Amino acid sequence: MECVLELRGVSKHYPSHHAVNGVSLNLARGEFFSLLGPSGCGKTTTLRLVAGFEEPTHGEIRLNGSSIQHLKPYQRNVSTVFQNYALFPHLTVRDNVEFGLRRRAGNHIGDRVRDVIDLVQLAGKESRRPAQLSGGERQRVALARSLVLEPDVLLLDEPLSALDPNLRKQVRAELKAIQRRVGITFLFVTHDQEEALSLSDRLGVMNKGHLEQIGTPEEIYLQPSTRFVASFLGAVNWIGDVGVRPEAMRIAREPSRNGHRSRPATIVHSTFLGNCVHVDTRLSDGEPAVVEISRLGEAFAPGEAVHLWWEPADELRFE
Amino acid sequence: MNRLRAWFLAPTWTVVITLFLAPLAIILGYSFLTRGVYGGITSPWTLESYQRLVDPIYLAILWRSFWVAGASTALCLLLGFPLALFISRAGRHKNFYLGLVMLPFWTSFLVRTYAWMFLLRDTGLLNTLLQKLGVIHSPLPLLYNDGAVILGLVYGYLPFTVLPLYATLERLDRTLLEAAADLGAKPWAALARVTIPLSAPGIRAGAILVFIPCLGAYLTPDLLGGGKSVMIGNLIQNQFTTARDWPFGSAVSLVLMAIVMVLLFAIARGEGESLL
Amino acid sequence: MKRTPALAIYAVGAFLFLHLPLLILSIFSFNSSRFTVWQGFSLRWYAAAIKDTQLTESAVNSLIIATVATLVSTVLGTLCAYGLWKRTSRPLAGSLYLSLVTPEIVTGISLLAFYQWIFRFLRVQLGMHTVILAHISFSIAYVVIVVIARLRTVDATLEEAALDLGANEWQAFRYVTLPAILPGVVAAALLAFTVSFDDYVITSLVAGVDSETLPMVIYAIARRGVNPVVNAISALIVIGFGSLVVISERLRSA
Repeated sequence: MECVLELRGVSKHYPSHHAVNGVSLNLARGEFFSLLGPSGCGKTTTLRLVAGFEEPTHGEIRLNGSSIQHLKPYQRNVSTVFQNYALFPHLTVRDNVEFGLRRRAGNHIGDRVRDVIDLVQLAGKESRRPAQLSGGERQRVALARSLVLEPDVLLLDEPLSALDPNLRKQVRAELKAIQRRVGITFLFVTHDQEEALSLSDRLGVMNKGHLEQIGTPEEIYLQPSTRFVASFLGAVNWIGDVGVRPEAMRIAREPSRNGHRSRPATIVHSTFLGNCVHVDTRLSDGEPAVVEISRLGEAFAPGEAVHLWWEPADELRFE
Repeated sequence: MNRLRAWFLAPTWTVVITLFLAPLAIILGYSFLTRGVYGGITSPWTLESYQRLVDPIYLAILWRSFWVAGASTALCLLLGFPLALFISRAGRHKNFYLGLVMLPFWTSFLVRTYAWMFLLRDTGLLNTLLQKLGVIHSPLPLLYNDGAVILGLVYGYLPFTVLPLYATLERLDRTLLEAAADLGAKPWAALARVTIPLSAPGIRAGAILVFIPCLGAYLTPDLLGGGKSVMIGNLIQNQFTTARDWPFGSAVSLVLMAIVMVLLFAIARGEGESLL
Repeated sequence: MKRTPALAIYAVGAFLFLHLPLLILSIFSFNSSRFTVWQGFSLRWYAAAIKDTQLTESAVNSLIIATVATLVSTVLGTLCAYGLWKRTSRPLAGSLYLSLVTPEIVTGISLLAFYQWIFRFLRVQLGMHTVILAHISFSIAYVVIVVIARLRTVDATLEEAALDLGANEWQAFRYVTLPAILPGVVAAALLAFTVSFDDYVITSLVAGVDSETLPMVIYAIARRGVNPVVNAISALIVIGFGSLVVISERLRSA
């Protein structure tokens, strides 16, 4: 596995707080890597450190094996798709896409621009201004503008958050398809767990400036290494020191047999969610627990005494 | 509301009609009349005053006015842009710096023009200083020329360019500059290809705000040009006082007004918004 | 992004260019010599300025004219701004805008022509009253612009709430909107005062023998050359106007 981008103990300290604290990670060439975390966790700052808009307080950033942390943004072969896209409003689609190419004059500018505009399906809209485009089209211009430079790493800062929810899923699929076709390494920043899980080859979960865990989507979801990771990706019921996901639990009227764990509980309320039902319950010690059950299953009445079951293999344990 | 609104607008309407629009109308009428023997106004109606404007003497004054106003405007933009850029990046001190730009503007235009007479004349501070230092032996003719007039106008109207330039630069999305750097543009390239094109509205507004008062300037060319640098404003004043040719003075005034209005319409189309 | 030091150095130079001339002029107003060589601190030019009856009389004239013009234009301009606030009147707003950009010399000669024409029918002459009317006319537009800018920050539903609670239109204006825009009105008044007090071009054209203003006297002296008495007067004007503007800015941002 060829390593294209490497962060070694990178920190960014501001007078008021430590935005990024000792982050280390490696990106393989062609990989789709996501940084996931709540707002203020340092994921965008990490991206800006790689892009060169901020300089790290400590640590090293290596691109293709050489240090880049002291280079200006325009000296690094990485490119950013900004959250608000930052399209130049006075330039047409074509001029926006050509902006970076003209800096590094070469032949075949026309061909490369045409190819990338075709790739993002904006053919025919080359002479429009950003203001005349829809949100999804603007996002694709921003993508094309960076892709045409063939960066070693493409940095994407919550590029889907400005789109309306219906469009988001569709654009997500397009984004993944484009990444596969061009084979460029993507470093994708998001606070949306579904986005991160569905798009990434690997992802890193950040919290308060720290990288809590790196792994494939399955590893992160099924074997979270910290309580934070467990609860940030999906819901968790805490039963003592053990976490159990709502979908791993079942409700029965009698206690468990043959190796299942179980706890007595009282039904509080059921919420119909279309494809499933969320049942709020209260454990005997007063702690709440949510169980996700099939909508075709049994119905439970509020106040009913029941037992919650789960398999030991589904327990999430932390040191 | 409408009754009350009418009462609120009526006094100002009265002032505007009697003391601004009616006087302009009278000038318009005068410009088509003939100069009387003793300087008054008489019939017949004629276009003669306007025809006289194409006389090379007056065309030269018109040309000089455009030249001086144009040079002053260009200098104001050139000097004002970096200053506005500095203020727009000055963080929480912005308002202080803006105040510093505006302060001299509100301290008497006359006094500020006079200050340059004090500095530039033969026995003024600059010549005295240069002679003391032995740089020159006889005073340089710094005052009473076009250069002094342009200097006075630039000094007087520089705040007029800084303000609108600041307003557009302030609104400029900083991520656009990051995007430019990200796409490989060095700072100068980003300035030329992103910052300056995007501050075009401010540049236009600043240019018009300086060019219009400079074109009609009277006080600065009179004091700093010493009567040698005659501009349209001085020509008009002269027709109403010394020359006593009111019809011609009126015609020149209306031509000046027409130029100002054309310029304003040009910018209003670009901006789609006025101050009111 | 870091601030470019070159830009900061330039800014220092620009601020010196803007402020040094007035500062030097003010310093030399305390020079005991009448020449541009520093000889020692003295208040003699200030004493001379106060003893000069032409200067003091014209200063009094300027104060009277500026005060009356300011009061009238502030009241009328504020009412007008309020009237234009909810529904603009393009002809009126356009005329005010035009009056603001009309070269002073054109405003001046057109008023002169207008007064001369009126005097054919009325037995009146140029004097303090013609100057005051002229000043009201050109300062009203400044007032309207400043007050409208302030009104734009006022929530129009406040007044609707007042009407809803039983106030009539006048009461809604008087007790709800006017207090909210008062700082803007005071700022507008100070602005009107400064433009009125400073005006030379229009005033000199429409003034009579009894209504010579301070700028007219300064101008007459300045045309003959530099005079240390004018330096002293200038310094006083700079300080007076400077403090007015600082007060006005404070109020505007209040």
